[in-house]
This record gives sequence, structure tokens and C-alpha cells, in this order.
Amino acid sequence: MMDDFLFRAILGGVLLAVVCGPFGAFIVWRRMAFFGDMLAHTALLGVALGLLIGVDIRIGMIATCLVAALLLSYGQRQARIGSDTVLGMLAHSTLALGMVALAFVQGVAVDLMAYLFGDILAINTGDILLLAVGGAFAFCVLAWMWRPLLALTVSPEIAAAEGIPVERLRLVFMLLMALVIGMAIKIVGVLLITALLIVPAASARFFARTPEQMAIGAGLFGAASVLAGIALSWHVDTPAGPSIVISAAAIFILSAGFAPVMRKLTSGA
Amino acid sequence: MTAPLIEGRDLVLSFGNERVLDQVSLAIHPGEIITLIGPNGAGKSTLVKTLLGLQKPDSGEVVRKQGLTIGYVPQKLAIDQVLPMTVKRFLTLTRSVSRAECEGVLAQVGAGHVIDAQMSQLSGGETQRVMLARTLLLRPHLLVLDEPTQGVDVSGQAELYRLIDEIRHELDCAVLMISHDLHLVMAKTNQVVCFNRHVCCHGQPETVRQHPEYRSLFGVREADAIGIYTHEHDHEHDLSRHVVAGCGHDHSHDHHHHAHDHVTTVKEGAETNQ
Repeated sequence: MMDDFLFRAILGGVLLAVVCGPFGAFIVWRRMAFFGDMLAHTALLGVALGLLIGVDIRIGMIATCLVAALLLSYGQRQARIGSDTVLGMLAHSTLALGMVALAFVQGVAVDLMAYLFGDILAINTGDILLLAVGGAFAFCVLAWMWRPLLALTVSPEIAAAEGIPVERLRLVFMLLMALVIGMAIKIVGVLLITALLIVPAASARFFARTPEQMAIGAGLFGAASVLAGIALSWHVDTPAGPSIVISAAAIFILSAGFAPVMRKLTSGA
Repeated sequence: MTAPLIEGRDLVLSFGNERVLDQVSLAIHPGEIITLIGPNGAGKSTLVKTLLGLQKPDSGEVVRKQGLTIGYVPQKLAIDQVLPMTVKRFLTLTRSVSRAECEGVLAQVGAGHVIDAQMSQLSGGETQRVMLARTLLLRPHLLVLDEPTQGVDVSGQAELYRLIDEIRHELDCAVLMISHDLHLVMAKTNQVVCFNRHVCCHGQPETVRQHPEYRSLFGVREADAIGIYTHEHDHEHDLSRHVVAGCGHDHSHDHHHHAHDHVTTVKEGAETNQ
């Protein structure tokens, strides 16, 4: 019989991977990997603030990610500082601020490693509930704005000409991403969350002919990475978060090797 | 005159200290074909982006007719290889369309064979044909083309213009086109707007064509002689494209509606098209 914590880990991890699939695809297409990284860094500040104010740290993480996303969408409009610089400044200042704030948290021994690399085996029913509700919300909103967001990704000019509210969509997407990242940190941690978003999407690219195929493929590869990572962690006693990312990377390498063979087979047929 | 489909009023836009749009007013009415010409860096694309609502002007306003559908064909559409996208999927980007309809419009633009190809694998000419096929599906009231033949070889350009003209007749829409290729667009266009950060002047191509200087320039040197088209202004543009001398005529009024009774001359400007 399967242990309860293992069941929760698998359920939570697979839920997250499925939600991360389509988001990861958009992050790859829109070249926002660094943006995802920056959001994750700010989450550590959310942990500290949560502990200091006495709010649930999950709420703290999601809230700081949302605020960071808003700040960034404002910062990117400032032409005099490049958007990569704005990102870097925000990411590292908030990370530093988070570390400093954590030093003020008294009485609680904060397990920093759990936030940096995730602690999927420790997720509880509350985490699962949050993932299910928040994940379903993010998934539905993304599905609802899929077509216009894709048009915007292909060409902002075409999207604008055809009456798509470009700026509003960009902002909503950023906020959704902040929500997903805020939820995901418990599982793979601040430093690894971007990998769970972009690596499965990159693997799926090899086999996809349409955006939708890539998004679905990313979800499947992500779920497979979670399962393989947990299995690895279970049998060899490795840290779970990093094991998940290693599995995702292995799937990417296999995909890269397998794709040319498959192409030859299909073109030969 | 009927109400314009889209109208920009006194648009002003600066990037840093550089003023890119200077009190620009431009209106496009149903059925009009307007060609926007001007040197590189004149702000033509910026003007179009502002009209499309993609770039907010510092001041001035853009008024769109209610329910207006705009089809936009960019200079070139570079769909990144990271985004898998078949031609069929691209045609259904903003609305669902059946495969048969896609096949129909692709055949019409002479690109029937690419329906299952990846967008990133298409040549420049094929991409523009697919873009035009998309506008056929969209059935816009206004077609906006930003140097639609830029990524296309010379022999393909005339063919592409012929196609644009055909599509325009089928859709019965207004056209706003940015172009360098004055000789190719002249015959089809009914308004030429000479633009360099402000509307220098605008008029019918006939006025331009009949002028002896135009004939000497475009008649003799033909295809290569696509110099910058400047009317006999009382101001000159220097190499950095700034308006040098003060303009004799009042630039604050709406150029679009003032009668062009001043002598219209075409000459190769101080700056040439390298």
C-alpha cells in the first residue's frame, strides 16, 4: 500500500506539471524564462514577509509574486533601463531583501533548503487543495485567452490591428504566471521552478507541429519528469526537487536524440 | 464625404528627445487607397502602429469607426522556430476556419501547396502570400500593408502587388500601404502621402506623374530611380532627417484637407536610398 505522503507528492506534482505545461510553452515562445526566474526569487521575500506578519507563507509567496509582476510590467515601460536590467535588479534585490528579512524572523528555524530546492514529500492536504483550486483557475483563464494570447505572441501588430487588447493580455498572463510560480515553489523550490516550466516545453518542441501539441506535450513530459523524479528520490534517496529537474533534463536529451530518428522515419514513410 | 474608417488627429509622439510624429493628421475613408512614402526612419511604421493602437501617442487621438475590422500585413513576419505553427494553424490564428476555406484562400494567392508546412520554413514571398490569404479570410474594411514586398525578390514584387490589387477589388476595402516602391504602387494608388515625421504633403499620383521632373526621374532611370519623393517644399530635410529650414506653410493645420494648389515636383532628395 502506498504511503500517504508519497500519494500526496505524486498528486501534487502531477497537478502542477499539467498546469505548468501550457504556461511553460508560452514562456518558451515569449522568451520569458528569465522573467520566471525573477518571479521565483521574489517568492523568498514572500516567505520572510509571511513569517514576519504571521500570514500563511503560501499566501505570502503568491502575493509577493503578483506584486513583483505588476512592478515589472511597469518597469518594462521605462525605456531608459533595458528590461533585462529591470528584471535582474528586481530579482536580486528582492532575493537579498528576502534573506535580510528572514534574519529578522525570530524563534523559527527556517529551512532555507526547502524553499530553494522544494520539499515535495512534505506537501500537505492544504497544499494540494491550493494547487487544485489555483491551478484550475490559472488553467481555465489561460484556456479562455489562449487564442488572442497566441496571436499576440505571433505578432503584436496583427493582434492589435484585429482589436485584441494587447496590453491587458500581457498583464493578465504575467499575473497568472506569478500565481503558478507562487504555487509551485513548495514543490520544486525557488531555484528550480523555471526548469519545470521550460524544460518539458523544450522537449515537446521536438515533436510538435502546432502550438497546442507543444503545450499538451509539455504537460505530459512534465508529469513524466515528476513521476520519474519521485521514483528516483524514493529508491535512491535523492532530494526530490532536484531529481525531478534531472528527470526533465534527461527527457530533453532523449527527445533531442530521438527527434531526428523519428523525422527520418516519418519522412521515409 | 462619408465618415472616415480611421482617423488620426494631431498625433504627437517622441522617443526620448526625438520627435517621431509631429502633429500628424491622417484620415482614411472607405474605398481609398493611400500610399505612405518617405525616407527610412521617417516614422512611417510608427505612424501605422499608432493608428493601429499599438503605440500610444503623447498627444492627439485615433478615432476608429465602430465595428471596424483591420487586416494588417507586416513587412515580414518572422515566426520563430521555437513556436511550432503550420500554415493552416496560422490562418486560424484569431478565428476558426475550416480546412476547405483555408485551401480555398491559399489557392487564390497561389500558395495552395504550403498548407501543412511550418510557417518558419516558408520563403519571404510565400509568407506574404499566406498573410494575404489570411486577410481574405478576415474580410477587413481596411487593409494595412507595411512594405509588403520587402522580403521578396524583384520578380516576385510585381506579382505580389498584382495580388494585392486583386484582393482589394474582391474585398472592396480601403488600403493604407507603406512603400518604397513608388513606381509599382503609383498606378494603383489614389492618394500619395509624403511623410517625414509630419505629413509633408499629399496629393493624387496623377499630379505627380504628369510633372516633367517626375518623368525625367522615374521615366529614364526607371526601377532604380526610386529616390525619395519630395515635393517642392519650402523646407529641406538634412541627412539626419530633421527638418532644417522653417516651413513656410503652417504645419499645425490639417494637411489632409487642404488643397494642393502649390506646384508639385518630384526630385531626388538630399538623401538617397542606398
